[in-house]
Amino acid sequence: MNILVCITHVPDTTTKIKFVDGKELDKNGVQFVIGPYDDYALARAVELKESLGAKVTVLNVGKQETEPTIRKALAIGADEAIRIDAEPSDAIFVAHQIAHIAKQNSYDLILMGRESSDYNGGLVHGMVGEMLGWPSVSPCMKLDLEGTNAKMQKEIEGGKELLEATLPLVAGCQEPIAEWKIPNMRGIMSARTKPLNVVEAISVEGAISYNSFDLPPERSSCKFFEVDQVDDLVNALKEEAKVL
Amino acid sequence: METKPSQKITKGAEFIIKDAKAEDIFIPEEFSEEQQMMEQACHDFMNTEIFPHVERIEKLEEGLMPSILKKAGDLGLLGVTAPEEYGGLSMNFNTSMLITSALGPSGSFSTTYGAHTGIGTLPILYYGTKEQKEKYLPKLISGEWPAAYCLTEPDAGSDANSGKTKAKLSEDGKYYSITGQKMWISNGGFAELFIVFAKIDDDENLTAFIVEKSFEGITMNDEEEKMGIKGSSTRQVFFTDCKVPVENMLYERGKGFKIAVNVLNIGRIKLAAAVQGASKNLMDTAINYSNERKQFGKSISSFGAIQTKLAKMAVKNYALESANYRAGNDIDNAVQELIESGMSKEEAKLKGVEEFAIESAIMKVHGSEVLDFTVDEGVQIYGGMGYSADAPMERAYRDARISRIYEGTNEINRMLAVGMVFKRAMKGSIDVMTPAMEVAKELTSIPTLSSSNDSDLFDKEKAVLKNLKKTLLMVAGKAAQKFGVNLNDEQEVLLNLADIMIETYVTESVLLRTEKLVLLKGDDFCKNRISAAKLYLVDAVEKISLAAKEAISYVAEGDEQKVMLMGLKRFTKYELPNIHLMRREIAQEMISNNKYCF
Repeated sequence: MNILVCITHVPDTTTKIKFVDGKELDKNGVQFVIGPYDDYALARAVELKESLGAKVTVLNVGKQETEPTIRKALAIGADEAIRIDAEPSDAIFVAHQIAHIAKQNSYDLILMGRESSDYNGGLVHGMVGEMLGWPSVSPCMKLDLEGTNAKMQKEIEGGKELLEATLPLVAGCQEPIAEWKIPNMRGIMSARTKPLNVVEAISVEGAISYNSFDLPPERSSCKFFEVDQVDDLVNALKEEAKVL
Repeated sequence: METKPSQKITKGAEFIIKDAKAEDIFIPEEFSEEQQMMEQACHDFMNTEIFPHVERIEKLEEGLMPSILKKAGDLGLLGVTAPEEYGGLSMNFNTSMLITSALGPSGSFSTTYGAHTGIGTLPILYYGTKEQKEKYLPKLISGEWPAAYCLTEPDAGSDANSGKTKAKLSEDGKYYSITGQKMWISNGGFAELFIVFAKIDDDENLTAFIVEKSFEGITMNDEEEKMGIKGSSTRQVFFTDCKVPVENMLYERGKGFKIAVNVLNIGRIKLAAAVQGASKNLMDTAINYSNERKQFGKSISSFGAIQTKLAKMAVKNYALESANYRAGNDIDNAVQELIESGMSKEEAKLKGVEEFAIESAIMKVHGSEVLDFTVDEGVQIYGGMGYSADAPMERAYRDARISRIYEGTNEINRMLAVGMVFKRAMKGSIDVMTPAMEVAKELTSIPTLSSSNDSDLFDKEKAVLKNLKKTLLMVAGKAAQKFGVNLNDEQEVLLNLADIMIETYVTESVLLRTEKLVLLKGDDFCKNRISAAKLYLVDAVEKISLAAKEAISYVAEGDEQKVMLMGLKRFTKYELPNIHLMRREIAQEMISNNKYCF
C-alpha cells in the first residue's frame, strides 16, 4: 500500500505572532513545526505502515526552509519525502500540486490534517478529492482498513458518523485518529539518509491574495464582582460591556 | 550525523594560563539540525509523558516512574553515548549534554534520569567486562531495568571512601556476601540493578559490585520525605548477607573509589546541563507570567523592577550555557584525540572527562547556583502566587535546592576544583608557576599605561579578562607560597580561589561565544547578546574583587597586602557600561517574544 501524507510547515502553536508592516509574518525567532493536525495524519500513516505494511511518502509545498520540518516527518517514520518547491500561496494552489503528484503515482490513501494551523482554511483535502475524483472525508477521527475498504468515523453536531469507502480516498484527519508520535533518536539519525526529492511546482493561478494582517485587539482585564453586587454587575453589562 | 568535534583541543584547566580564541570553542548555535530535533523530541516527551502527570509523579504513584523511564528508553534517550552494540546511539558527549539539558525541566524525572543513565549505567559501561556489558547494558539502555547507585552511607557522605559496608568472599569462592547500609539512594524504590560499593574484608579501599534486585538479602526503608524532587524515589537500602556472584565484581578489587570519582566527574557536568535546562524553562515561565500578570493597569513586565530581574536571569543563563557546551566539546575533543592515539573508546571517554574534571566541578557549582538564582527570582516575580503550591514556581523552588547538594556539595566541588589545579601544577601537567611569578613581578613594577586596542569587539573586555586571570594567579600564588602543602586546610581561601576561577572561566566562555556568534549572525542579531556578555563581565569582576579581597586579607599582611590590593585594584578596573539600559533592552526582547531570548 502507498500512503501520501501532506504536511504543512507552520509556526509552533505557542508562537507570539507578529507581522512586518502588517504585510507578512515576522519569522524572526519563530519555531516552525509540522501542522498539529497533519501530525495526527502522519501518526496514523505510520501506524498503518507498522500494522499492515505500507510505504509512507510525505509531501510538503514549501521553499527550502521547510526541509527540517519534512525531515522530522521522516524521523517519525515516513519512508521518503517530496518537497514541491514553491510558497503555498493558497488552498487551490496547494491542492493542484498535491493532485499533480498523486496522478503520477499510485497512492491508495492521501492523509492530511483537517486544516493547517496557520490559515486554518480546511479546504485542501476536499479540493484534492474533487480533482482526483476520489472520496474525501473530514474531519476523520478514526480510520481502519480492511483490504481496500476503509471504515471511518467523523464528528458531527451532537454525535458521530460512521462511514465506509473504497480506496483510494482522501482524509482530513484530527485526533483521536492516532496517538501523536515523538520521533525516536534512531529515527532522527536515519532521517537524513531517506530520500527527499525536490520537484518544481506546476503553474497554477492563485485565487486568493492577502492585503494586510492585523492582530486581534488585546483582551481587556477581567472584572470581578462580589455575590452581593448584582446591581453593579447588571449596570456594568449595560453600560460598559453594552451587552444588555 | 555530525558527532565529531571540529575545534582545537585544549587541556583541562588551561584557561587559567592561556587565552582561548572564539574559533576554538563550540557554541550551542552550532548544534546540527539532528541534534536540535533530538532536543525538541525531549521537549515533546516532557509535554506528553511528564508535565501532564506531575501530580501523580510527585505522589510516587507505583510503577509510574519506571514506566516513564521505559518510554524514554524506547525513544533512545537512555544510552546516548553508549555503543550501538548495546542499544546505545554512539553520540558524542556534547549531544548527551544537550539531551540532559532538554530533560532538565522535568524535575523529579530529571533526577531519576540522571541517576539511571549516569551513576547507575556508566560504571558498567566504562568498567564492566565484556560479559557484564552484554548482560546488563541492553537492559539498562532500553529502560527495562532501572538502575541505582549505592555509595553514600549514614557516616560516609562527602567522605565516601570511609564507608563501612563489607563484602566477604564465600568459602567456596563463588560469591561475595555484602552487608551494610546505604542511604539517599536515588531510584532505590524501583531499581532492578544496584551499583554497590563495599570494602572486601579489611581493605582500606572500596570495591564496586553489580547487584541485581533478585539477589537475596536486600531490604529498604520507606521513601524519604524530601523537600523537593518528591517524585524521585529516594530510599535507604540495606544489604544483609546479600550474595553477589564473584563475576559481578566491577573492575578491580580496591578500585571502587576510582570508579566512583570518575563517574561523578561525568555526573557533575551532566548535572550542570540538567540545571541549565531547568533554569531556561523557568525563565520562560517567569517571562510569561510577568506578561500576563496585570497590576496598576498594566503587565508587571512593563516595570523596571521586574525587567531588571528578567535581564539578570537571562545574562546568567546565557553565560552558563556558553560555558557548559564549551566544556562539553572540549571533553569531546580530548576523547577524540585519545582514541586517535590508540586508546579504547571507553577508556578515552573516561580520560577525556578526567582531563576536564576541573571544568566539570566548576560547571556543577555554577550551574546549580544559576538555577538557584533563577528560581528564587522566579518566585519573586510570581509574588504571592510564587508561594502557592498551585503555581509552578513553588515546586521548582523546592526541586532546585538539591542541586547544590548532590553530586558533591558545592563546597566540596569548589575545594576539589582548586585542589586539582594545585595537584596538576605540582605534577607539572600545567605550568601555573611561571605566569604566577610573572604576575608577582608585575605587582612590584611600574604599571604600564598602555591601553588596549579597542577597535575590535570585546577588546576591552578581553583585556579585563586577562587581568582576572592575573588576579587568580596572584592570589593562588601567594596562598600556595604561604601555606604550601597545608593549603588544603585553608578552606575559606580555597573557596575564594574557586569563586575567582569559576567566574573567570564563565566570563571567558560568554565573551567567546558571543564573539563567535557575531561572526556567524552579525552585530544586529547579537546586540543584546553583546550586552549580556558585557553585563556578565561586570558581575564577575565585582565577585572576583570581593573574593580576592577576602583571601588577600588572610594570606598577606602589611606592605605586601597593600601591594596586592593595589594590584587587585588595577586588575579589576573596567569601563562601566550603561547597566540599566542594557538590562531593559534585554528584558524587552524577552517580553516581546514572551520567552527567554538567547
